[in-house]
Amino acid sequence: MGTSLRIGSVLLAILILLTGCAAVTLDKDLNLTPEMLAQRQLQTRRFDTTDEQKILKTCAALLQDTGFNIDETETRLGILTASKDRDATDPVQWAVFLTAAIFLGVPIPPDDNQIMKAFVTTRPVGEGGSQIAVRVVFERIVYNTERRVAKIEALNDPTMYQSFFEKLSKALFLEAHDI
Amino acid sequence: MISDRLKRNALLLIPLLLLVAACMTTHDRLLDMDTSQVQLRSMQSRAFDTTDKEKTMRAIIATLQDLGFMLDRADYTLGVVTASKARADAIQAPASLRVTVTVRPRGEKQLLVRANAEYMRAPVTEPKPYQNFFNSLEKAMFLEAHQVD
Repeated sequence: MGTSLRIGSVLLAILILLTGCAAVTLDKDLNLTPEMLAQRQLQTRRFDTTDEQKILKTCAALLQDTGFNIDETETRLGILTASKDRDATDPVQWAVFLTAAIFLGVPIPPDDNQIMKAFVTTRPVGEGGSQIAVRVVFERIVYNTERRVAKIEALNDPTMYQSFFEKLSKALFLEAHDI
Repeated sequence: MISDRLKRNALLLIPLLLLVAACMTTHDRLLDMDTSQVQLRSMQSRAFDTTDKEKTMRAIIATLQDLGFMLDRADYTLGVVTASKARADAIQAPASLRVTVTVRPRGEKQLLVRANAEYMRAPVTEPKPYQNFFNSLEKAMFLEAHQVD
Protein backbone atom coordinates (compact mmCIF):
# COMPACT_ATOMS: atom_id res chain seq x y z
CA MET A 1 0.00 0.00 0.00
CA GLY A 2 2.84 2.34 0.96
CA THR A 3 4.68 1.91 -2.34
CA SER A 4 1.58 2.29 -4.46
CA LEU A 5 0.79 5.50 -2.62
CA ARG A 6 4.29 6.75 -3.28
CA ILE A 7 4.10 5.87 -6.95
CA GLY A 8 0.72 7.57 -7.08
CA SER A 9 2.01 10.78 -5.58
CA VAL A 10 5.04 10.79 -7.89
CA LEU A 11 2.73 10.34 -10.88
CA LEU A 12 0.51 13.13 -9.65
CA ALA A 13 3.50 15.44 -9.18
CA ILE A 14 4.65 14.71 -12.75
CA LEU A 15 1.16 15.38 -14.07
CA ILE A 16 0.95 18.70 -12.23
CA LEU A 17 4.40 19.66 -13.48
CA LEU A 18 3.48 18.83 -17.05
CA THR A 19 0.19 20.71 -17.00
CA GLY A 20 2.22 23.87 -16.43
CA CYS A 21 2.97 24.31 -20.14
CA ALA A 22 0.21 25.71 -22.28
CA ALA A 23 -0.58 24.45 -25.74
CA VAL A 24 -1.73 27.80 -27.11
CA THR A 25 0.66 30.68 -26.57
CA LEU A 26 0.58 34.35 -27.42
CA ASP A 27 3.98 34.12 -29.10
CA LYS A 28 3.15 31.63 -31.78
CA ASP A 29 -0.59 31.45 -32.23
CA LEU A 30 -1.15 34.79 -33.96
CA ASN A 31 1.73 34.26 -36.35
CA LEU A 32 1.25 32.56 -39.70
CA THR A 33 3.58 29.59 -40.05
CA PRO A 34 4.29 27.36 -43.08
CA GLU A 35 2.52 24.51 -41.25
CA MET A 36 -0.63 26.61 -41.04
CA LEU A 37 -0.47 27.27 -44.77
CA ALA A 38 -0.02 23.55 -45.43
CA GLN A 39 -3.20 22.97 -43.43
CA ARG A 40 -5.00 25.44 -45.67
CA GLN A 41 -3.95 23.41 -48.70
CA LEU A 42 -5.40 20.25 -47.18
CA GLN A 43 -8.66 21.88 -46.10
CA THR A 44 -9.50 23.85 -49.25
CA ARG A 45 -10.99 22.98 -52.65
CA ARG A 46 -12.12 25.16 -55.57
CA PHE A 47 -15.34 24.67 -57.49
CA ASP A 48 -16.20 26.06 -60.94
CA THR A 49 -19.23 28.11 -60.00
CA THR A 50 -20.08 31.67 -59.03
CA ASP A 51 -23.01 30.69 -56.87
CA GLU A 52 -21.59 31.05 -53.36
CA GLN A 53 -24.99 30.71 -51.68
CA LYS A 54 -25.64 27.39 -53.37
CA ILE A 55 -22.32 26.08 -52.05
CA LEU A 56 -23.15 27.24 -48.51
CA LYS A 57 -26.59 25.66 -48.70
CA THR A 58 -25.11 22.39 -49.92
CA CYS A 59 -22.49 22.47 -47.14
CA ALA A 60 -25.24 23.03 -44.56
CA ALA A 61 -27.22 20.11 -45.94
CA LEU A 62 -24.12 17.90 -46.04
CA LEU A 63 -23.23 18.72 -42.43
CA GLN A 64 -26.81 17.98 -41.41
CA ASP A 65 -26.62 14.67 -43.23
CA THR A 66 -23.56 13.78 -41.16
CA GLY A 67 -25.33 14.62 -37.89
CA PHE A 68 -24.11 18.16 -37.29
CA ASN A 69 -26.29 20.97 -35.93
CA ILE A 70 -25.76 24.41 -37.43
CA ASP A 71 -24.51 26.95 -34.87
CA GLU A 72 -23.71 30.16 -36.71
CA THR A 73 -24.11 31.40 -40.27
CA GLU A 74 -23.46 34.65 -42.10
CA THR A 75 -24.18 34.27 -45.79
CA ARG A 76 -22.84 37.70 -46.66
CA LEU A 77 -19.41 36.67 -45.37
CA GLY A 78 -19.54 33.04 -46.49
CA ILE A 79 -19.51 31.45 -43.04
CA LEU A 80 -21.05 28.33 -41.57
CA THR A 81 -20.26 26.66 -38.25
CA ALA A 82 -21.75 23.44 -36.94
CA SER A 83 -21.23 21.03 -34.08
CA LYS A 84 -22.32 17.67 -32.71
CA ASP A 85 -22.02 15.92 -29.36
CA ARG A 86 -20.96 12.27 -29.60
CA ASP A 87 -19.81 9.42 -27.41
CA ALA A 88 -16.02 9.17 -26.95
CA THR A 89 -15.74 6.07 -24.78
CA ASP A 90 -12.65 4.01 -25.52
CA PRO A 91 -12.43 0.44 -24.11
CA VAL A 92 -8.61 0.62 -23.94
CA GLN A 93 -8.79 3.76 -21.82
CA TRP A 94 -11.28 2.10 -19.50
CA ALA A 95 -8.89 -0.85 -19.07
CA VAL A 96 -6.07 1.57 -18.21
CA PHE A 97 -8.37 3.45 -15.84
CA LEU A 98 -9.41 0.30 -13.98
CA THR A 99 -5.83 -1.01 -13.75
CA ALA A 100 -4.53 2.32 -12.47
CA ALA A 101 -7.36 2.69 -9.99
CA ILE A 102 -7.03 -0.83 -8.59
CA PHE A 103 -3.26 -1.23 -8.49
CA LEU A 104 -2.02 2.33 -8.04
CA GLY A 105 -5.00 3.94 -6.41
CA VAL A 106 -4.75 6.76 -8.94
CA PRO A 107 -7.96 7.41 -10.80
CA ILE A 108 -7.27 8.72 -14.31
CA PRO A 109 -10.78 9.46 -15.57
CA PRO A 110 -11.40 8.05 -19.06
CA ASP A 111 -12.95 9.99 -21.96
CA ASP A 112 -16.70 10.23 -22.01
CA ASN A 113 -18.07 12.46 -24.76
CA GLN A 114 -16.82 14.79 -27.46
CA ILE A 115 -18.08 17.94 -29.12
CA MET A 116 -17.09 17.87 -32.77
CA LYS A 117 -17.01 21.18 -34.57
CA ALA A 118 -16.93 22.16 -38.22
CA PHE A 119 -16.09 25.62 -39.53
CA VAL A 120 -16.77 26.25 -43.24
CA THR A 121 -15.85 29.39 -45.17
CA THR A 122 -16.45 30.16 -48.82
CA ARG A 123 -14.93 32.91 -50.92
CA PRO A 124 -14.84 33.87 -54.57
CA VAL A 125 -11.45 33.26 -56.19
CA GLY A 126 -9.93 33.27 -59.64
CA GLU A 127 -10.35 35.86 -62.40
CA GLY A 128 -13.42 37.97 -61.67
CA GLY A 129 -14.51 35.52 -59.00
CA SER A 130 -15.15 32.73 -61.49
CA GLN A 131 -14.60 30.06 -58.85
CA ILE A 132 -15.57 29.52 -55.22
CA ALA A 133 -13.03 28.24 -52.73
CA VAL A 134 -14.43 26.21 -49.86
CA ARG A 135 -12.45 25.60 -46.72
CA VAL A 136 -13.54 23.35 -43.89
CA VAL A 137 -11.84 22.86 -40.52
CA PHE A 138 -12.75 20.13 -38.05
CA GLU A 139 -11.93 20.19 -34.38
CA ARG A 140 -13.02 18.29 -31.30
CA ILE A 141 -13.25 18.83 -27.55
CA VAL A 142 -13.17 15.64 -25.50
CA TYR A 143 -14.61 15.55 -21.99
CA ASN A 144 -13.78 12.89 -19.41
CA THR A 145 -16.18 11.17 -17.03
CA GLU A 146 -15.58 13.95 -14.48
CA ARG A 147 -16.99 16.45 -17.01
CA ARG A 148 -13.60 18.11 -17.43
CA VAL A 149 -11.83 18.86 -20.71
CA ALA A 150 -9.46 16.00 -21.53
CA LYS A 151 -8.43 17.08 -24.98
CA ILE A 152 -8.99 19.87 -27.51
CA GLU A 153 -7.48 19.11 -30.86
CA ALA A 154 -7.66 19.96 -34.54
CA LEU A 155 -8.63 16.96 -36.64
CA ASN A 156 -5.91 16.74 -39.25
CA ASP A 157 -6.51 13.38 -40.87
CA PRO A 158 -6.43 14.07 -44.64
CA THR A 159 -8.98 11.32 -45.34
CA MET A 160 -11.64 13.23 -43.36
CA TYR A 161 -11.22 16.25 -45.58
CA GLN A 162 -11.03 14.19 -48.75
CA SER A 163 -14.26 12.44 -47.90
CA PHE A 164 -15.99 15.72 -47.02
CA PHE A 165 -15.05 17.24 -50.36
CA GLU A 166 -15.95 14.08 -52.26
CA LYS A 167 -19.43 14.22 -50.76
CA LEU A 168 -19.70 17.95 -51.44
CA SER A 169 -18.55 17.45 -55.00
CA LYS A 170 -21.22 14.78 -55.58
CA ALA A 171 -23.96 16.93 -54.05
CA LEU A 172 -22.96 19.91 -56.20
CA PHE A 173 -22.44 17.89 -59.42
CA LEU A 174 -19.15 19.78 -59.70
CA GLU A 175 -15.55 18.70 -59.68
CA ALA A 176 -13.39 19.73 -56.72
CA HIS A 177 -10.01 21.24 -57.62
CA ASP A 178 -7.01 21.57 -55.33
CA ILE A 179 -5.82 25.07 -54.63
CA MET B 1 -7.16 19.55 25.44
CA ILE B 2 -5.25 21.45 22.84
CA SER B 3 -7.16 19.80 20.04
CA ASP B 4 -10.43 20.79 21.73
CA ARG B 5 -9.42 24.42 21.79
CA LEU B 6 -8.26 24.19 18.21
CA LYS B 7 -11.59 22.78 17.20
CA ARG B 8 -13.43 25.59 18.97
CA ASN B 9 -11.23 28.17 17.33
CA ALA B 10 -11.77 26.58 13.96
CA LEU B 11 -15.50 26.66 14.50
CA LEU B 12 -15.23 30.40 15.17
CA LEU B 13 -12.99 30.93 12.19
CA ILE B 14 -15.28 29.33 9.64
CA PRO B 15 -18.16 31.81 9.95
CA LEU B 16 -15.61 34.61 9.97
CA LEU B 17 -14.07 33.32 6.75
CA LEU B 18 -17.46 32.98 5.16
CA LEU B 19 -18.25 36.54 6.11
CA VAL B 20 -15.03 37.84 4.60
CA ALA B 21 -15.45 35.76 1.47
CA ALA B 22 -18.93 37.14 0.98
CA CYS B 23 -17.64 40.71 1.00
CA MET B 24 -14.91 40.05 -1.55
CA THR B 25 -15.94 40.54 -5.11
CA THR B 26 -14.34 40.11 -8.48
CA HIS B 27 -16.93 42.15 -10.35
CA ASP B 28 -14.54 45.06 -10.85
CA ARG B 29 -13.24 42.96 -13.77
CA LEU B 30 -16.33 43.96 -15.73
CA LEU B 31 -14.77 47.22 -16.87
CA ASP B 32 -11.08 46.26 -16.70
CA MET B 33 -9.10 49.46 -16.85
CA ASP B 34 -5.59 48.25 -16.18
CA THR B 35 -3.52 49.87 -18.90
CA SER B 36 -4.04 53.28 -20.34
CA GLN B 37 -7.03 52.91 -22.64
CA VAL B 38 -5.58 55.16 -25.33
CA GLN B 39 -2.34 53.19 -25.48
CA LEU B 40 -4.18 49.88 -25.62
CA ARG B 41 -6.56 51.08 -28.33
CA SER B 42 -3.67 52.23 -30.44
CA MET B 43 -1.88 48.87 -30.31
CA GLN B 44 -5.13 47.06 -31.07
CA SER B 45 -6.06 49.19 -34.10
CA ARG B 46 -4.86 49.55 -37.67
CA ALA B 47 -6.24 51.53 -40.59
CA PHE B 48 -6.48 50.07 -44.11
CA ASP B 49 -6.81 52.10 -47.30
CA THR B 50 -10.06 50.52 -48.45
CA THR B 51 -13.76 51.06 -47.96
CA ASP B 52 -14.72 47.51 -48.88
CA LYS B 53 -16.11 46.24 -45.59
CA GLU B 54 -17.10 42.84 -46.97
CA LYS B 55 -13.66 42.14 -48.40
CA THR B 56 -12.00 43.27 -45.17
CA MET B 57 -14.22 41.09 -43.01
CA ARG B 58 -13.63 38.11 -45.31
CA ALA B 59 -9.88 38.67 -45.02
CA ILE B 60 -10.17 38.80 -41.22
CA ILE B 61 -12.11 35.55 -41.15
CA ALA B 62 -9.68 33.87 -43.57
CA THR B 63 -6.75 35.00 -41.42
CA LEU B 64 -8.32 33.69 -38.25
CA GLN B 65 -9.06 30.39 -39.99
CA ASP B 66 -5.44 30.23 -41.21
CA LEU B 67 -4.29 30.75 -37.63
CA GLY B 68 -6.35 27.77 -36.53
CA PHE B 69 -9.16 29.68 -34.85
CA MET B 70 -12.75 28.47 -34.75
CA LEU B 71 -15.47 31.03 -35.34
CA ASP B 72 -17.83 31.92 -32.49
CA ARG B 73 -19.79 34.84 -33.95
CA ALA B 74 -19.84 36.99 -37.04
CA ASP B 75 -22.16 39.81 -38.02
CA TYR B 76 -21.71 41.79 -41.20
CA THR B 77 -24.00 44.69 -40.20
CA LEU B 78 -22.19 45.29 -36.93
CA GLY B 79 -18.82 44.47 -38.49
CA VAL B 80 -17.92 42.06 -35.69
CA VAL B 81 -16.09 38.73 -35.77
CA THR B 82 -15.29 36.66 -32.68
CA ALA B 83 -13.17 33.54 -32.86
CA SER B 84 -11.28 31.39 -30.42
CA LYS B 85 -8.51 28.85 -30.39
CA ALA B 86 -8.05 26.31 -27.63
CA ARG B 87 -5.84 23.27 -27.32
CA ALA B 88 -5.36 20.66 -24.61
CA ASP B 89 -4.20 17.08 -24.30
CA ALA B 90 -3.21 14.56 -21.65
CA ILE B 91 -0.12 16.53 -20.65
CA GLN B 92 -1.11 20.05 -21.54
CA ALA B 93 -3.80 21.92 -19.64
CA PRO B 94 -6.47 23.71 -21.69
CA ALA B 95 -5.19 27.05 -22.94
CA SER B 96 -7.37 29.38 -24.91
CA LEU B 97 -7.02 32.50 -26.94
CA ARG B 98 -10.09 34.48 -27.95
CA VAL B 99 -10.17 37.40 -30.35
CA THR B 100 -12.89 39.88 -31.26
CA VAL B 101 -12.24 41.93 -34.37
CA THR B 102 -14.35 44.92 -35.34
CA VAL B 103 -14.40 46.88 -38.58
CA ARG B 104 -15.68 50.42 -38.92
CA PRO B 105 -15.21 53.33 -41.32
CA ARG B 106 -12.42 55.79 -40.57
CA GLY B 107 -12.98 58.96 -42.53
CA GLU B 108 -14.01 58.70 -46.18
CA LYS B 109 -11.31 56.43 -47.54
CA GLN B 110 -10.28 54.07 -44.77
CA LEU B 111 -11.51 51.27 -42.57
CA LEU B 112 -10.39 50.89 -38.99
CA VAL B 113 -9.81 47.33 -37.81
CA ARG B 114 -9.59 46.74 -34.11
CA ALA B 115 -8.70 43.44 -32.46
CA ASN B 116 -9.20 42.60 -28.81
CA ALA B 117 -7.53 39.45 -27.51
CA GLU B 118 -8.10 37.52 -24.34
CA TYR B 119 -5.64 34.85 -23.23
CA MET B 120 -6.12 32.49 -20.32
CA ARG B 121 -8.87 34.62 -18.75
CA ALA B 122 -6.94 37.90 -18.96
CA PRO B 123 -6.85 40.71 -21.51
CA VAL B 124 -3.81 40.82 -23.78
CA THR B 125 -2.09 44.15 -23.24
CA GLU B 126 1.31 43.56 -24.89
CA PRO B 127 1.76 45.00 -28.42
CA LYS B 128 3.56 41.96 -29.94
CA PRO B 129 0.58 39.58 -30.33
CA TYR B 130 -1.43 42.35 -32.03
CA GLN B 131 1.48 43.11 -34.35
CA ASN B 132 1.64 39.45 -35.31
CA PHE B 133 -2.08 39.37 -36.00
CA PHE B 134 -2.00 42.48 -38.19
CA ASN B 135 1.06 41.17 -40.05
CA SER B 136 -0.92 38.04 -40.87
CA LEU B 137 -3.95 40.11 -41.84
CA GLU B 138 -1.91 42.38 -44.14
CA LYS B 139 -0.98 39.33 -46.21
CA ALA B 140 -4.61 38.31 -46.63
CA MET B 141 -5.68 41.88 -47.42
CA PHE B 142 -2.84 42.59 -49.89
CA LEU B 143 -2.83 46.01 -48.23
CA GLU B 144 -0.60 47.76 -45.75
CA ALA B 145 -1.85 48.23 -42.19
CA HIS B 146 -1.33 51.77 -40.96
CA GLN B 147 -0.67 52.52 -37.34
CA VAL B 148 -3.14 55.10 -35.99
CA ASP B 149 -2.32 57.73 -33.36
